[in-house]
Amino acid sequence: MTAYLIRRSATAIVVLFGVSVFIFLMLHLIYPTPAIDVLGPHANKLTIAQWNRQHGFDEPWVEQYLRYINQLLHGNLGYSYKLNQSVASLFHERWERSAWLSGVTLVLSVVIAIPLGIYQAIRRNTLGDAVLTTGAFVTYAMPDFFLYLIAIDLLAISFPIFSYEGPQTTSMISIIFDFRAMTLPIVCLTLLNLAGYSRYMRSAAIDTLAQDYIKAARAKGLPERLVLLRHLVRNAFLPMITLIGLSIPDLLAGNLICEAVFNFPGLGLLFYNSLGNADYPILLAYTLVGAVLVVVGNFVADIALTVADPRIRLV
Amino acid sequence: MTNLGTSPIPPELARMPEGGAIGPIQSGWRLAAREFAQNKLAVVGLIVLVFFVVFCYLGPFVYHGPLSSNLDTTNLPPGAGHPLGTDNQGFDVLEELMVGGRAALEIGFLSAVIGMVWGAVWGAVSGLAGGLLDGFLMRIVDVLLSIPFLFVVLIVAVRYGASVLGLSIIIGIFTWQVPARLVRGEVLTLRVRDFVSAARAAGSGWFRLMNRHLLPNSLGVIIVTATFSVADAILAVATLGFLGFGLQYPTFDWGDMLNNGISYLQDGYWWQVYPVGIAIIAVVMACNLLGDALRDALDVRLRRR
Repeated sequence: MTAYLIRRSATAIVVLFGVSVFIFLMLHLIYPTPAIDVLGPHANKLTIAQWNRQHGFDEPWVEQYLRYINQLLHGNLGYSYKLNQSVASLFHERWERSAWLSGVTLVLSVVIAIPLGIYQAIRRNTLGDAVLTTGAFVTYAMPDFFLYLIAIDLLAISFPIFSYEGPQTTSMISIIFDFRAMTLPIVCLTLLNLAGYSRYMRSAAIDTLAQDYIKAARAKGLPERLVLLRHLVRNAFLPMITLIGLSIPDLLAGNLICEAVFNFPGLGLLFYNSLGNADYPILLAYTLVGAVLVVVGNFVADIALTVADPRIRLV
Repeated sequence: MTNLGTSPIPPELARMPEGGAIGPIQSGWRLAAREFAQNKLAVVGLIVLVFFVVFCYLGPFVYHGPLSSNLDTTNLPPGAGHPLGTDNQGFDVLEELMVGGRAALEIGFLSAVIGMVWGAVWGAVSGLAGGLLDGFLMRIVDVLLSIPFLFVVLIVAVRYGASVLGLSIIIGIFTWQVPARLVRGEVLTLRVRDFVSAARAAGSGWFRLMNRHLLPNSLGVIIVTATFSVADAILAVATLGFLGFGLQYPTFDWGDMLNNGISYLQDGYWWQVYPVGIAIIAVVMACNLLGDALRDALDVRLRRR
């Protein structure tokens, strides 16, 4: 187990190194120096060259890369010259709101997907299963923003039940209890996640139901409810662990489109506004955080699966 | 069996293979095609996809809607002369739908082809090589898989602008990893087979092995992944266009139409938003159905040689 842990960590570190190289190369090709942002668009080439030499932007790339890694490891994600604020502080302002949105969505998706998948597996090929499968298929094929648009059009504009944009306050308590504004983003995100999760849960449950131990449990006279609770859920839940691990990146860095459409003041909206500003330090720091979270999520998913499934005893 | 000059075999029995005799070996592709045709949803998907290709490329020759700015006819609801109404600049929505679909389909197919070719070669080389080169190539695949695709595409679109070729290339750069992994798996299974050993013994180099033996046998996996890649690419282009960073006028694009249309949703101009959305859903769903059916038909059948 420890040997596997060490090997898996080594792989994760190699991938993180590769990711940092890729993002550094992107940063360098797209935004080699912030000189023009600092000195203004009319600065002449001599001033720019002097500024570059002063701040180390004309060093060889390897040295700049090492400095970049050094900064990252000390928590310095870069500095946005257009917003005149360090990227880390910008993230620090907003990460809780994004985390709340994504966290609630994740919990709701998992809690609904498990019974839904099991129901679809038990009542396989009946009308209920067909309806749910079609719904999942259509939602899966739908672009995210289209679902948000339909929701806003129907539930916020035509019938003004909910608010047409997310809560605009910055206080976490207000956001958590603002049901009128938070409901649409959370419900739409949950539906989009459910489309994938319930399919996985359904096929995992179908596979599990075909196992012999389910037959044996039923033959022994175990009530159906206990067969489902004690045997089916525990075994069919394993693919969900992987899915949850893979959803960790969305917890903080994802939900770009949702926050842009609902104007929710989280990390996604920060990225969207920076796109309009062409504020590359923020954009690339965001991509880096997203990539790191993907690696961490994969790692957590692998380890969790190893812990949860005693059949996987890795050599 | 022995039928030495006795009564002739009735034609029905003559067709039945006798005990021990082998029936006609049907080619894997024929079996796959038959399996595919029996899946009704897949046939529907194929018809929808073909319909959209015809709609987008041949439609404008049949239906001539104005695509020039005409401030007299802005924001008209569906009615006489404009089956789907007009948008805020006077463009006919139906015509925009046809011409805009071209970009989506082109980017979808082009990026899928790029991803397919690059990924297949990468995976085959990695699988054949083994050892350190294999590890190195697969780590690169892992690195690229970890990077969130939407963010990088948006950053590149903001910096360098969006064009059909540019978007196809950048989407293709993030599409090839999955085929690479899958082809590598196939090659690892295939390289221990007898026909590969025979080819090696006959003096085939890597290039010939890949071209003649390994890649054709991995075609099932490649085609299935390519179909799903088309769906993903179309969704990505639509998202890019919706956020405002996709193809700009004078290139028409479904995402761009949605971007323009949502400003008017509050005014009740539903025809600027819903037809485009339904078109996107239809094409993506058709590709997904096709991919599912191809996976059922090809992956198993092509192995039964």
